[in-house]
Amino acid sequence: MSLLDRHVEFVVALRRAGLPVSVAEDLDAAAALRVIDMLDRVQLRASYAAALMKRQAQRGAFDTLFDLYFPAARGAGDEPAPDTPSARMTPELQQYRAQLGNALLSGDDAELSRMARTGVARYGAVAASGSGSGGQAWSGYAARNRISAQTLLAGLLEQALYGRADDDSGLGVRAARTRFAAGIARFERLLDTEVQRRQAEITGAEQVARTAVRPSVDRIDLLSATRADLYAIRREIQPLARRLAARLAIEHRRGRRGQLDFRRTIRSSLSSGGVPVDTVHRPRHPKKTDLVILCDVSESVTAFAHFTLLLIHAMREQFTRVRVFAFIDDVDEVSKLFRPGADVVESVTRLAAEANVRGWYGRTDYGRVFGLFAERHLDAITTRTSLLVLGDARSNYGDLALPALRWIASLARRAYWLNPERRVAWDTGDSAAAEVGEIVPMVECRNLAQLGQFVRDLV
Amino acid sequence: MFSSPADARERLARAGYLADTATSTTVFLAGRLERPLLVEGPAGVGKTELAKAVASAVGAELLRLQCYEGLDESRALYEWNYKKQLLRIQAAPNDQAWEQTHDDIFTEEFLLTRPLLAAIRRSDPTVLLVDEIDKTDVEVEALLLEVLSDFQVSIPELGTVVAVRRPFVVLTSNANRELSEALKRRCLYLYLDYPTPERERDILLGRVPGIEQELAEQVARAAALLRTLELRKLPSLAESIDWARTLLALGIDHLDETATAMTLGVVLKHAADHERAIKELGLPSVAD
Repeated sequence: MSLLDRHVEFVVALRRAGLPVSVAEDLDAAAALRVIDMLDRVQLRASYAAALMKRQAQRGAFDTLFDLYFPAARGAGDEPAPDTPSARMTPELQQYRAQLGNALLSGDDAELSRMARTGVARYGAVAASGSGSGGQAWSGYAARNRISAQTLLAGLLEQALYGRADDDSGLGVRAARTRFAAGIARFERLLDTEVQRRQAEITGAEQVARTAVRPSVDRIDLLSATRADLYAIRREIQPLARRLAARLAIEHRRGRRGQLDFRRTIRSSLSSGGVPVDTVHRPRHPKKTDLVILCDVSESVTAFAHFTLLLIHAMREQFTRVRVFAFIDDVDEVSKLFRPGADVVESVTRLAAEANVRGWYGRTDYGRVFGLFAERHLDAITTRTSLLVLGDARSNYGDLALPALRWIASLARRAYWLNPERRVAWDTGDSAAAEVGEIVPMVECRNLAQLGQFVRDLV
Repeated sequence: MFSSPADARERLARAGYLADTATSTTVFLAGRLERPLLVEGPAGVGKTELAKAVASAVGAELLRLQCYEGLDESRALYEWNYKKQLLRIQAAPNDQAWEQTHDDIFTEEFLLTRPLLAAIRRSDPTVLLVDEIDKTDVEVEALLLEVLSDFQVSIPELGTVVAVRRPFVVLTSNANRELSEALKRRCLYLYLDYPTPERERDILLGRVPGIEQELAEQVARAAALLRTLELRKLPSLAESIDWARTLLALGIDHLDETATAMTLGVVLKHAADHERAIKELGLPSVAD
């Protein structure tokens, strides 16, 4: 296969993964190939990235595809034959783990990729299920499990800090732990890359590319996110809030002008001989929203509730007042979360445990919650209030107390229901999306992008 | 400009900027392919610094257009010097025809060049830095698009000014606003992230005179650790350089918990972030 074919295939794969690569950029990338040292893979990657990838959120997809179409090696090389799968710790594996530990300790990236290659060769082989692959397939899961690099952490810490008594403070340990944890995460990513490379040699790069590319952080489904995903999403919240606030500030300023500022108009007219050519206006005070949030904190939607609360907390300057009520089958006010200076990250995660939200039933019961809310907290809702209900509208087949909800919603200025389920799943099983949606407009809010869009429209 | 990525790297290093391979390759390509370079990344990782380093590495003059909200053509491109023109008209002899005066006042003498036009007209090597482009309105982006794609500006009264020599253009952005696809398409893209602890240590050694290897390493590691916390504002490279300088000035040669707690204000600038770091890292509280 010629280099040009590879290049074109790579560009096509990028486009399929959602990167909007234009012809002009394609040409730039090709022109770049002529002036760099193509045998240097780091340079090659950098030059492709510079020409074809224009948003950091696309980095993950780009790197995955680059590794597939421009692999670091071909074939199995002189690597050892696969080890027979077994749960036991063989001497060989022990030796391998010791080597891996040394590589992590020294932070040598080249050594780490070498270890990943041998690691997959030895411990990543599984029997193929499909036909036509010669009975051989590779699994990152198998390799990760067998090597279980995570369990090296304690030993590494001991080795790194041993004999350095003065560095025994908690800070030194924390710093070392962060460093090794990052190293291990990098190693496991390398394992995945190596598995994809080997798999691509069996089934073709295109086949692997279709499944290998993960969605960018703001597109990850909040309900099915892994722990690592959740962590990444949480780190995106502050930047997202900052971007939204910046955009809102611009829009506010650009909106309708306020009252005429007489003094400044006269002053500026002096430069045009007393003729008021340009009138000066006072900025208009933006009307801020009063927000009441009713949020389901039961197990199934807990991650969604966290992110929404975190984002709203990060943007609290945009609201006059925020009151939060958490519920499962009892409802409790948790507005202290949003008082200035509160450590919201921590309290949000402990929300379900600390607030008095569990009645005798222990599962989401909308009917009871709406009834109780109408009874106890109706004073929270005024004519300036926007009401947000967060939940999946799955009532466990219980009564919905729709009249109570209708009564609550009618008092508020606006009301929305944010549902983290995909729209096609609404009204399946015990979901009462349609019934509730008739009273309170329901909005699909599956990922950070949709959440950000909603909050922006809300303000 | 640069003959190869390695050359770029070496000359940037001589200008005091430690570039990794991705950065040096992209800078080299931007020079060779004559494309503007769009640099994105969090605040304080050396985006502006990169432009300055390129200018000093190739011996070019740096022209800087600082973007802000409300920036317009007359600040970015050119403006006629109205006051001087007015004077000229008033000072014109009575018998001079209007056509003559008109031709007189629309000449070079009355033209105020702003950074974009100045960069195009220069015949010496130039680096044009368009800083924080995400702060401007969309209209300025359209204006830039026109200038950066053809490197020419048309002034109705004077005609078209074509670049004698294409400047090396660096655009920086904090990604507060998504830039238009059209602009991105014309640029090469570089994302500068927080450096790895090893690179940060080397940068500290280069930027903070008199610092010991040991302390630089500790500061770099501590900064990396702080960046793993969920903070409102993560410590930038500029702040960790300040941190190292502070520690040196205080005569602290070992960054332990007390020293960290005492000097935390140099790296973290929000009260909530302070509390969070103290709690998460188990630092002693040093109130008063």
